[in-house]
Amino acid sequence: MKQVNINVHHLTRVEGHGNIVLRARDGKIEELMWEVIESPRFFEAMLRGRNYDDVHHIASRICGICSISHTTASIQATEDAFGIQPSEQTLLLRKLLFNAEILESHVLHVLFLVVPDLLGVGSVFPLVETHKDVVLMAVRLKKLAYNLAELLAGRKTHPLSCVVGGFAKLPELSELEAIRKRLEDALVDLDTVVELVKTLNIPDFVRETEYIALKDTKEYAFISGEIASTDAGITPLDKYLEVTNEFCVPHSTAKYTKNKRDSYMVGALARFNNNYDQLLPRAKKVAEELGLDAPCHNPFMITVAQVAETVYALEDSINLIDQILARGLKEEDNAVKVRAGRGIGAVEAPRGILFHDYTYDENGILTKANCIIPTNQNHNNIQKDMEALVPSILNQPEDKIRHTLEMLVRAYDPCISCSTH
Amino acid sequence: MKPKVAFFDFTGCEGCQLDALNLSGEELINLLNAVDIVNFREVVTEREDNYDIAFVEGSITRESEIPRLQNIRDHAKVVVALGACACIGGVNCLKNHLPMDEALRIVYGKDARYYDTIPARPIDALIQVDYYVRGCPPITAELLKVVKALLLCRKPEIPNYPVCTECKMADNVCVFERGMTCLGPVIRAGCGAICVTSGRHCWGCRGLVDDPNLDSEKDILKKYGLTVEQVVEKFKIYNTYAEVTK
Repeated sequence: MKQVNINVHHLTRVEGHGNIVLRARDGKIEELMWEVIESPRFFEAMLRGRNYDDVHHIASRICGICSISHTTASIQATEDAFGIQPSEQTLLLRKLLFNAEILESHVLHVLFLVVPDLLGVGSVFPLVETHKDVVLMAVRLKKLAYNLAELLAGRKTHPLSCVVGGFAKLPELSELEAIRKRLEDALVDLDTVVELVKTLNIPDFVRETEYIALKDTKEYAFISGEIASTDAGITPLDKYLEVTNEFCVPHSTAKYTKNKRDSYMVGALARFNNNYDQLLPRAKKVAEELGLDAPCHNPFMITVAQVAETVYALEDSINLIDQILARGLKEEDNAVKVRAGRGIGAVEAPRGILFHDYTYDENGILTKANCIIPTNQNHNNIQKDMEALVPSILNQPEDKIRHTLEMLVRAYDPCISCSTH
Repeated sequence: MKPKVAFFDFTGCEGCQLDALNLSGEELINLLNAVDIVNFREVVTEREDNYDIAFVEGSITRESEIPRLQNIRDHAKVVVALGACACIGGVNCLKNHLPMDEALRIVYGKDARYYDTIPARPIDALIQVDYYVRGCPPITAELLKVVKALLLCRKPEIPNYPVCTECKMADNVCVFERGMTCLGPVIRAGCGAICVTSGRHCWGCRGLVDDPNLDSEKDILKKYGLTVEQVVEKFKIYNTYAEVTK
């Protein structure tokens, strides 16, 4: 009689607090649960009564890793409510800043959180002794992302210069030129990352689900577009609630979502499956080299999709800088005229589609907020993946089952404290 | 033997821990030569209950967090509060303006009964804190400065003068001259006035200086035709806890 009793309390190398519980006897699962136990922070309550100019500053604090995503979605929601259309220059700068976050977040996940699994250690720190080049490269790529964000917004974690209507401060063109060179060098570093990820032993597990991401007719969408689903096609942003359908479960302080099936996936793989055609050439080549084809239904491949997107973020940043250098930057009037109304902002945060939905009164004071976080949308899919995966690995030693389940949750790169905003 | 350093997180965004990793290769290698990082859940699998210095991020917002925090105090020789949530309560305390059941109802609606929360507090409301690394998020260089001082058994020197001093040194045009409200005259420096340099105003994330000159702030507001209410609304964002406990 074989018993399996796994209780991973506070899973490591993820953002925030979650537990994995599995109890099985004689090949029968008695309990299997992904529990989210992070303390909720009540941002939707805290934003009420705040002036519009403070709202994105506070909303940024929903997440320390994807604060640029929250700031951007928050500003978009406010601009939508006030009927403000950001300028071409602002959109170029916002896209470039957004790429800094995609780069930093994906590098953090792939090189700091996942690679230790591959190399059989518990963290990136012992690799300083054994794989110094890899660690120095990881640090270098992270630093590049930080410096790019600093140039555009004063800093990366909780950016400063982004405001409703545009930017409170503009970068110098000479600084953009200088960082362009480093972005090109980083593409060479990414070749090394690709070689490293090639050696990653990715579990062969397939469970098709619904994949949801923003889609834009013009480009691989990060800060624009409508909601695309592999099951349901296109839904306009103002109908996002018809897609997300949030609900509460007692064992999770984070809300869950579902649409056409029991659960759906958002994030790098969902974007890849919906928008593969719009990736730039080098990113497509990297995906091919790493055996990633659209559509892909293996959640462990999220990490590989992140590598392809990292290459995309570098390619796209170089293109954006070229466009900015060609047209120059000029001070713009960011004056805001407030009005009563509701607005919705949506971006593709590193971990997936993110919605901010605000209602303002006629004085520009926020009266109602709703934020739907990527990881909230993935929690249910993680649970369903576990339910599909466990029966096929239940005959393995307990340690191996535990490790596979940890790797599965880690593959989603969950941002747990974000999901209990 | 190298001192053992641990990182812990309570209610917050984990941005402080993330920025602690915003080091150059050389800084990271030097740091790992000087200390053993024995507990850092966000990036490390191994854990140990034997540590000398504990960095604690986040504020306290649930009953269940209190014994966990006290346990850390019992184990650590030195406790350092890391970031605005741990040092002064930070943005989490904005919910303290509401009854807790209303905050629960706004967020969870009919399912509010599943969940619990208490008014947010900085960690020194519950345990003794030895040092503070302030800011939302902290400046990584200041964090390193504190680590270095602790390794040398010295008291870290953290400014106790207002942001205005650093803002002038940064050659910024005064925010009040630009017709906006700023908390710089009463908030503790150490950030290099990064928010003003980036085109905004001081938001107060490092908390008040020890002996704030509130009369002077009022005089400035009067001079520029601004009201105390306007500045209090800004002050609340990070300093609700200080405001309501006074």
